[in-house]
Amino acid sequence: MGEKRQKTAQEQRYQQRVNEKMPRSKTVSQCVRAFIAGGLICCIGQAVRVFGETTLHLDAEGVAALTAIVMVFLGATLTGFGVYDKIGTWAGAGSIVPITGFANSIVSPAMEFKREGLILGTAAKMFTIAGPVLVYGIGASVIVGLIACLLAK
Amino acid sequence: MDWIDFFWAFVIGGAICVVGQLLISLTRLTPARILVLFVTLGVVLTAFGLYEPLVELAGAGATVPLTGFGYALGKGAMEGAMENGVIGAFTGGITATAGGVAAAIVFGYLNAVIFTPKTKK
Amino acid sequence: MKQKRLGRQTVVFEAPPRIAAGATIVGDMEGAGPLGGYFDLILEDDTWGEDTWEKAERKMFEQTVRRALERCAMQPAEIDLLLGGDLLNQIITANFAARELAIPFLGLYGACSTMAESLLLGSMLIDGGYAGHVACAATSHFSTAERQYRFPLEMGGQTTPTAQRTVTGAGSSLLVEAGYAGGAQFRHIFVTGGTIGRVVDLGITDANNMGAAMAPAAADTLAAHLREQNRTVSDYDMIVTGDLGSFGSEMFNELCRDKGIDLSDRHRDCGNMIFDLAQKVDCGGSGCGCSAVTLNAFLLRRMEEGDFTRMLFMATGALMSPTAGMQGDSIPGIAHAVVIERR
Repeated sequence: MGEKRQKTAQEQRYQQRVNEKMPRSKTVSQCVRAFIAGGLICCIGQAVRVFGETTLHLDAEGVAALTAIVMVFLGATLTGFGVYDKIGTWAGAGSIVPITGFANSIVSPAMEFKREGLILGTAAKMFTIAGPVLVYGIGASVIVGLIACLLAK
Repeated sequence: MDWIDFFWAFVIGGAICVVGQLLISLTRLTPARILVLFVTLGVVLTAFGLYEPLVELAGAGATVPLTGFGYALGKGAMEGAMENGVIGAFTGGITATAGGVAAAIVFGYLNAVIFTPKTKK
Repeated sequence: MKQKRLGRQTVVFEAPPRIAAGATIVGDMEGAGPLGGYFDLILEDDTWGEDTWEKAERKMFEQTVRRALERCAMQPAEIDLLLGGDLLNQIITANFAARELAIPFLGLYGACSTMAESLLLGSMLIDGGYAGHVACAATSHFSTAERQYRFPLEMGGQTTPTAQRTVTGAGSSLLVEAGYAGGAQFRHIFVTGGTIGRVVDLGITDANNMGAAMAPAAADTLAAHLREQNRTVSDYDMIVTGDLGSFGSEMFNELCRDKGIDLSDRHRDCGNMIFDLAQKVDCGGSGCGCSAVTLNAFLLRRMEEGDFTRMLFMATGALMSPTAGMQGDSIPGIAHAVVIERR
C-alpha cells in the first residue's frame, strides 16, 4: 500500500510538471480563425437561405431543408476533393462546428474505409462520429417531444 | 437581400464556432465530443425557447452550426408532439431534419465511391 | 557459465556482433527533411503502387530487408532469423512481409522501441550462439497509423502542439557474428551490450503527448544502464533516443537531472532530427520507422566514417492502445538501450 501511494505522488508531480511546461495551443489566433471561417460558412448558408426564400419561394421548412442539403453537399464534396481537411487545419472548430463539418465527419471515414469494402467498410464506418451525433441529437429530441406532450395535457 | 442578415449570420455563426474552439483548445475535448455536445445543447436550448430568438436574429448563423441541427430536431419534435401527441414526439425530430441526414448519407456514400483519401502533408 | 549480465537489466556481449549493413526506405516528407540525402529510397507515392497503405508498408518492410542483405551479397536463405515489428494490429506488416521472405521469424511488438528491441535480441541470440546472421527491421507508415490510432485522413481538424507525426519509413539492420568475413557495408560497427527497459507509466493519458508519456521510461532505462555498466554520460559520444520529440526531450532532460544525470549536449532525438521545423510537424517525428531509418541511414554511416565511437541507441515506445485509451487507461512507455561502438 505504502509503495502504491508513493507512486501516485510521483505520478502527480510528473503530470503537474508536464502540464506546466507543455507547449500551449495558440488559443487566441485559433479563435480568430474559427470565428472568420465559421462566420463565412454561415454566410454561405445565409446566401442559400435567401436564394430559397426569394427565388424558389420555399416555405420555412423548405428553406431549412434546402440549406441543410446544400451545405452538406458542399462539405461532402470538398472532403472528397481533399480540400476540407486543409480548411480544417487552418480553421479548427470554424470548420468542425458547422453542418459542413458534420458532412466531413461522415465522408472522411466513408472514404478511408472503402478498402475494407462498401458494406462493412464505407457504410459501417460512415457513422463513427455522425452516429453518436444522431443518437444524442435524436434521443434528446424525442425526450423533449415527450415532455412537450406531457406539458400540453 | 438584406446585408444586415449576413452581418448577423457571420457574427453569430462565428461566435458559436469560437465557443467550440475554446472547448477544443482549453479542455482538449475531441471533435466528436464537441459535435455531440453541440447538437444536444441545441436541442436543450430549443426546448427552453432560448434558441429560437437566435435563429430569428442570425438566420443561417444559428442554423448552420450543429447547434442548429439540434434546434431543428428539438423544434420538430415539439411541433410533432403538439400535432400528433406521442407519435409526433417520436417522428417530429427526424422528419424536420430528414433532408440533411439523407443528403449526408447519399453524398457521403457517393464521395466515398468516387474519391480516395490522400496522405496529409 | 560466463557471466554476460550486469545487474538486473544490462547485458554485455562476449563476442560483440557486428552490424554489417543497414537499409532504409522512407516517404516523400521524410525525404524532404534534413536527412533526405542519406536514405536509400524515397517514395514519391506512399502507396508504392499498391492498392492499400497497409500493403505498401508491408512492401517497404520486405524491400528494406532485401536491400540490407544485398549489401552483403546474401540471400534470404542465408539468414537464420528475422526479428521485426511495426505499429499495426497483429503486427501485420512484419508478419505478412515475413511470409514473403521465408526467413525463420520472431515478430516483435515494442511500439516505437522495436528497432532497439530487435537489435538487442538479435545480438543476444548471436552472442549466445543461437544464430549467425540476423536481420532486424521496423516500419511505420503515417497513413496506416493515422487510421488505426487517430482519425481518417480527410477529416478536418487541428493537431495539438505536443502531437508528433508518424514517420513513413522502414529501416533494417543486418547483424552478423563477430568473425564474419563476407562483404559488408559497415566494417567497424559492433553491438557491445544493452539494457532491457522496464515498462514505466507516470499516468499520461493524452495520446497527443506521447513524448511526455515515454520520457520517464527513457530516463529509467538510461539510469539503469549507467548504474549497471558503472559508466557516466561522458563515456558516450551520443545518447540517442527514438522519438521523444522536442517536448518529450525536454521532459527527458529534466527527469535525468532529477536522477543526477547530466546529459549536457550529448542527447539527440531521432524525432527531432528527421523533420525540419518548417515542415509543421509540431513536436517532431514518431513511430517505429523514425528511429529505424535515422539509425540505419544516418547514425551508422556517420559512425562508420568515424564521426563518433560510442553511442547509446535508445528507442522509445509508447505502448498505447486505442481500446485501453477509450477505457481511460494511461499510456505506458518503454525504452530499450543498445550500446553501439566503432572498433
